[in-house]
Amino acid sequence: MALYRAHVLICHGTGCASGGSPKVLETFREELQKKNLDKEVLVIATGCHGMCEFGPIVVVYPEGTFYSQVKPEDVAEIVEEHLYKGRIVNRLLYKEPISAQKVCHYKEIPFYGKQHRIVLSNCGYINPDNIDEYISRDGYQALGKCITEMSPAAVIEEMKKSGLRGRGGGGFSTGLKWSFCAASPGNKKYVICNADEGDPGAFMDRSILEGDPHAVLEGMMIGAYAMGADEGYIYCRAEYPLAIKRLQTAIHQATEYGLLGANVLGTDFSFDLHIKEGAGAFVCGEETALMASIEGQRGMPRPRPPFPAVKGLWGKPTNINNVETWANVPRIMLQGAECFAAMGTEKSKGTKVFALTGKVKNTGLVEVPMGITIREIVYEIGGGIIGDKKFKAVQIGGPSGGCLVEEHLDLPVDYESLTAAGAIMGSGGLVVLDESNCMVDAAKFFLEFTQRESCGKCVPCREGTKKMLDILTRITEGNGKPEDLDTLQYLGEQIKATSLCALGGTAPNPVLTTLKYFRHEYEAHINEKRCPAGACQSLLRYTIDPEKCIGCTKCARNCPVSCISGKVKEPHVIDQEKCIKCGACMANCPVGAISKK
Amino acid sequence: MTEKKIRSLDDLRKLKEKTGDLTSARSEDDKVKIILGMGTCGIAAGAREIMNAVLKELETRKLHNVAVETTGCIGMCQNEPLLDVIRPGEPRITYCLVTPADVTRIISEHVVNGRIVQDKLFGRAD
Repeated sequence: MALYRAHVLICHGTGCASGGSPKVLETFREELQKKNLDKEVLVIATGCHGMCEFGPIVVVYPEGTFYSQVKPEDVAEIVEEHLYKGRIVNRLLYKEPISAQKVCHYKEIPFYGKQHRIVLSNCGYINPDNIDEYISRDGYQALGKCITEMSPAAVIEEMKKSGLRGRGGGGFSTGLKWSFCAASPGNKKYVICNADEGDPGAFMDRSILEGDPHAVLEGMMIGAYAMGADEGYIYCRAEYPLAIKRLQTAIHQATEYGLLGANVLGTDFSFDLHIKEGAGAFVCGEETALMASIEGQRGMPRPRPPFPAVKGLWGKPTNINNVETWANVPRIMLQGAECFAAMGTEKSKGTKVFALTGKVKNTGLVEVPMGITIREIVYEIGGGIIGDKKFKAVQIGGPSGGCLVEEHLDLPVDYESLTAAGAIMGSGGLVVLDESNCMVDAAKFFLEFTQRESCGKCVPCREGTKKMLDILTRITEGNGKPEDLDTLQYLGEQIKATSLCALGGTAPNPVLTTLKYFRHEYEAHINEKRCPAGACQSLLRYTIDPEKCIGCTKCARNCPVSCISGKVKEPHVIDQEKCIKCGACMANCPVGAISKK
Repeated sequence: MTEKKIRSLDDLRKLKEKTGDLTSARSEDDKVKIILGMGTCGIAAGAREIMNAVLKELETRKLHNVAVETTGCIGMCQNEPLLDVIRPGEPRITYCLVTPADVTRIISEHVVNGRIVQDKLFGRAD
């Protein structure tokens, strides 16, 4: 094995790859060859580093220098200056948004300082397409320990002790779930990995699959051993082509090593793993719909019980966990349940990965210990609100979750606290909204999504979400009626109580929480026909300040519907009846006399 | 194709030992650092040959837990090639006018055994 003095890690997560990182990697190879450094500097494509906002990201070891937004034309300079001459290229270093200082080292970046990367410890650190790198970082040692030294019951006991709870949203104890499936009679059982991550703005699972696929495989194998399963499926949406490619490579390499297949590590344990590509319907993230989809049926949920642990895939006992849950398993088994349970709060142990998006300066993937406050996530890791605007809310848990407001900033992030506040942990989407976001509009956005994704099997979800969406649309267009708010509340509660599955059961959450915390915004839309955040297009009013207007006629000439009148060098007026609120007048006014409210 | 199957936990552990070097350059554990002056002056004085000698020596001795870094000119161009060794918890030792032949001695004496090679010593920076 050749010795490389330096390693150049180039992020090939979906974010950085779309920013051009494959070209950056290619240029690195060319430039290193030109300088005859290709035998001493290793170039590796890794998974996501989490700081997607600043991609493509390049990290150079052994120094741990963190370069952000690297373009192919910057590569020659990094090779010549840093790798050849040992001088760090200052202009490409990441600039920290709070202090506006350049930060040189990976570990000095505040974005990472507050994080606790356990599940993501290999993400952005190893080459996901090389099983040897995973093995060099203790990969498959946990599996080895479990199947050679522990009984299935002992594995489940250890999982129970760790306190790990399902990371897909439900938050059910993983050890307990495994024990149900283990206790089910039958000689054929399945384990399934739910990689049908469908929430808008969520990409935790995708990043884990892309950055550390073997961790998911190993977790599933340990689970299969504990529950007596010999076959597994990874249900991954086809919209994640890179994740699927990395999984295929991982499965191929693990099979070559005999880690998948018959008699793993010379034991009686055998396990086969398949990938099932889903067509991307949100409802297929629901476990019974997911299993129907694997079986080739239309993806629709069915009532439970019977639970999958009793009657699951092809009618056999089945256990389903999501990607992040499985990825936690090898670490727990290797380091012991106590080590894992030492992190987090009393009832929520370990860490949680969040996809931090919206109006924060550092968007990306963050892994934090349970119990951290929203404030720390938004202001310290996220770097605060873009343009230093005022924080308004975070939507946590995606379209199934709810919003949390300023008074919740110091709320600890754990399953119970979030549920008590009307939101849910969910799978980990965290969308930050600022004062320019309209909460009615935000609720409408999420409801539009769930309404469109409703499978139509049960009436409350199919018809109810449609009615709710109609009302919300009416309100944002200025046609709301005072009684609409009570109707929304009533419908929301009914849909929650009577829907067949969790899709409908959680769909009203964004509306119900915004109604609770931002009722005044709804009322302003209905009673005053006004959108306080200035976001709802139909309720906007463009007006010309007669004091400021110089009568240059530019606005009138650019108005597509000719609704602005006035004489040259005299103040102009907008006809509100005809105005289509396109904003062309405001964009063209040279003196800023036009405002929108 | 060579037989790749891992047949036991022991095999897996051996493979882990073998593959440890793959990611060792990225680990942030305390390790010995060798730093080479790679300014124009260093390169002109033959620092590239020193680099090759260092990498070759580390490879021969299977010393895969040593970080090799480069640095720019520190202003003592007439003493290049300069080579620094930092052992964890010890001061930074600078050697000057290093030749490829010296590299073997510096690595065996200082990097491995912690004994400073006095005749090539330039100074120590605390």
